Amino acid sequence: MVEAIKIDRLDVELKDEVLDKIPDANFDLCLTCGTCTGGCPATEQFGMDPRKLIRMLNFGMDDEIIKSDWKWVCSMCGRCQLACPMNINIPKLIFNIRNKVPRDKRPRGILGSCDQHIRTGSAMGAAKEDFEFTVLDVAEEIREDHAGFEDLEVTVDRVGAQMVLNQNSREPVTEPEEMGPLWKVLHTVGADWTYPSVMWAGENYCMFLADDEGWKYIIEEFVLHVDNNLKSPLVVNTE
Amino acid sequence: MRKFNIPHKFELITIIELYAQWIREGKLKVNSDWNKEIGAKFTVQDPCNIARKSGSNKIVDDLRFVVKTVVGEENFIDTVPNRINNFCCGGGGGALQAGFPEQRRAYGKIKYDQIMATGADYVIAPCHNCHGQIEDIGHHYGGNYHVVHLWTILCLAMGCLADTERTYLGPDLAEVGL
Repeated sequence: MVEAIKIDRLDVELKDEVLDKIPDANFDLCLTCGTCTGGCPATEQFGMDPRKLIRMLNFGMDDEIIKSDWKWVCSMCGRCQLACPMNINIPKLIFNIRNKVPRDKRPRGILGSCDQHIRTGSAMGAAKEDFEFTVLDVAEEIREDHAGFEDLEVTVDRVGAQMVLNQNSREPVTEPEEMGPLWKVLHTVGADWTYPSVMWAGENYCMFLADDEGWKYIIEEFVLHVDNNLKSPLVVNTE
Repeated sequence: MRKFNIPHKFELITIIELYAQWIREGKLKVNSDWNKEIGAKFTVQDPCNIARKSGSNKIVDDLRFVVKTVVGEENFIDTVPNRINNFCCGGGGGALQAGFPEQRRAYGKIKYDQIMATGADYVIAPCHNCHGQIEDIGHHYGGNYHVVHLWTILCLAMGCLADTERTYLGPDLAEVGL
């Protein structure tokens, strides 16, 4: 006689742990319909897909889940959850699986960018002094060489500006001339704006690293600077 | 800020919404005259963060409004599916730095095929991860499209794009307005 699986004997530690953090993740509601998997570009990579992941989670295959590198191929884009008839929160599950890996064992590229950001304010490791020097230098070049923009104004930490802009660190670090067109648009419409010196970069690799502490630190520092020092009512994400 | 319940006094907005607002208000006077004869074709990549993850199509509809205004409605070809139901390019979530390029590129094949199906010469990617990934899969799979920032095309339409600001343009647009 084949014995039925006794569900109450299943050890689902990872599931319980993640449900503690995301009570409405709905893992138990999976109908195994596969809609998530059909629309996921990461399906089949490393032999994994979203439906399989939820099955494994519900069967308590915690070690296999945590060991699989699939969590770094999934981009947490959320298409699976949008399509899911039961609204299962697969992206946040991935985040929490990433979080289970010891911090120093997570991908070196993401780890390095997160650490740089915490230390300097940008994932590419450009400190605020370098950032300020670069933007002011590029702005000076534009004022000198680009007709019609002799009055172009670019500032860092100008108190009371109507808007604070972030900037992906790729521009000031690797292609500073790409900032010019953005500034020209702002100049043309007469925008009253400034860059912040604290956590000025638009990216946030600590979020990708699933480093809650680092992620929170970056956001908190930024919010405190804008609210308390710059006192600007608007923050503009430039990407 | 939402995740950690960090209180803040400011409002958070994207530059795309402001571009759209400035065009509607007439502060940003742009049109597609420069592209009438050239007829360069454009498509857009909807970054997951401003599409699906923003919870609505508002920002990506603004993106389309801005792009159509500056390149001409007839020169804009959308991907299918798009906006809130877009396919992620595969560069996000740290994937560009995660150290699994083979899997990342396999992931991006769907996006590559989508872009190729539009026949567009230019992909506007208003997100640096998307920008990097779409360039990479283009090179990897042999696509001949160019990936550009939105501000590049805005300044091209405004007639103020300097010769030093044209890194991402193809030869067809390299000299426009100089």
